[in-house]
Parts: sequence; structure tokens; C-alpha cells
Amino acid sequence: MTQAERLDRTFAVLSDATRRAILARLEREDGLSVSELARPHAIKLPAIMKHLDVLDDAGLIARSKEGRTVTVRLQPKPMREAMDWLRRYERFWNTSLDRLTALAETREAELRKAGK
Amino acid sequence: MTSLTIIRRIKARPEILFDLLVTADGISQWWGPDAGPVLLSESDPRAGGHYRLKFRTLSGVDCETTGEFLEVTRPERVRMTWRWVGDTDASLIEMVLRPIPEGTALTFTQSRLPDDATARGHEKGWNGSLDKLEALFR
Repeated sequence: MTQAERLDRTFAVLSDATRRAILARLEREDGLSVSELARPHAIKLPAIMKHLDVLDDAGLIARSKEGRTVTVRLQPKPMREAMDWLRRYERFWNTSLDRLTALAETREAELRKAGK
Repeated sequence: MTSLTIIRRIKARPEILFDLLVTADGISQWWGPDAGPVLLSESDPRAGGHYRLKFRTLSGVDCETTGEFLEVTRPERVRMTWRWVGDTDASLIEMVLRPIPEGTALTFTQSRLPDDATARGHEKGWNGSLDKLEALFR
């Protein structure tokens, strides 16, 4: 899967308020069980399971089974990639402005040395 | 997210900085993520004039950027449009230079073009998601 395809998938998954709420909750309390996750939402467990399948397929969470309990954990990588994409201009310009600063300060120093 | 502002205090007089901001020679020396080779640099720094810069990053990717100068007031302010060739999203870039005792305070702002309604619509759609995304990394 290309980076563009992964980004498409991450943003598509994030376009649903319930799924974002699930991720935000996991960010505060990582490692909740499925039933604990379902509790504050006014929707039924099967619907939550469906959202968890979508999040799992997109690599945003991982589920592990211990006995009868399924634990859900955040997987940060796709989200980082999405953030990097959103911040691409900031990175581009900060790097460029670093180079501009070095260049201008060198020229200024040269002019001063020449007594101008 | 609708705009990006970066402020730098630079130990150089505004005139030196200004020429680096708008001339073909100047632009070719600092735009871009690294010191990869510049393949083409053209600039006509006056209102209505265009610029074009093509460079290759050190990782071997060719990038081309182009736009139009909207305002060129030496050595105080430059406003111009900016976009990657092949990308539909256009931005507005404004650079304001203010003299300070140690040199120049440069305020760089990149924002959406006001008439780019489609892009704005997308932006609006993402802003809510972005807030949540950011919350996840705080």
C-alpha cells in the first residue's frame, strides 16, 4: 500500500465522530476492554464492534484477547503519518527559513567586514 | 490550520533579506527542504510578475513551484501566490519585514487563497478532525 493510500484510509476512518471518540478515549485510557469502551456510547455493542473492525483494518488500533476479555490499544503509526502530512508545509518552510537565515546573516557579516 | 505563521529574528538588514526573498538567485538558494541542486530559477519581482523554481531534493525527487507576485514593496513586504506544479491547491504567501536593532523581524504567513472555495470546504471538513488528531498527541 502506498503512502497516499494509507493516508486516504486514515482520513476516511477519522471522518466518523464515534470512531474519533473511541480513539480519543483510548488516548486517555489505553488498554480498555471492548465492553468498557462501549459503555459511554449510546450505541449497541455490535455497532461498536463494527467500528473497532474498521479501526483495526486501518491499523489505528490493535486488539488482543486475554481469557474472555478483549483489550484494545492505540497504534500510533498511521496517525503520525496523517499528522506529518497535515504539517508538511510547516516543515517545508521552517527548513527553508533556516537556510534563508544562515544565508542573510552571512551576507550581512560580509558587508560589515567590507565596512558597508 | 487555515494559515501558518512563522516569525524569525534575523541578524541582517531588511534590504539583504528582501533581495533573497524575491530574486531568482535569492530564491534558488533557500527554498526547499535541503541543499539539493536547483534545476531552474526564474523571477520577475513586480506586481503581476511570475516566478518559477525547479529543484531536486537530495533524495532525488524533482519539485517545481510557481506563482505570481501580488505586491513587491522593497524592503518591507511581499505578497505572492504559491503552488506546487501538478497540485490544485494554491496558497497565498505574505512576508513582512520589520527593522529591529539586531537586524530584521520576518513574519512569514501562508494561507489559503480566499477565492479557493473548494479547498476551503475541504479545510473546514478536516479542521474538526485535526483538532481531535492533535489532542491525541498532546
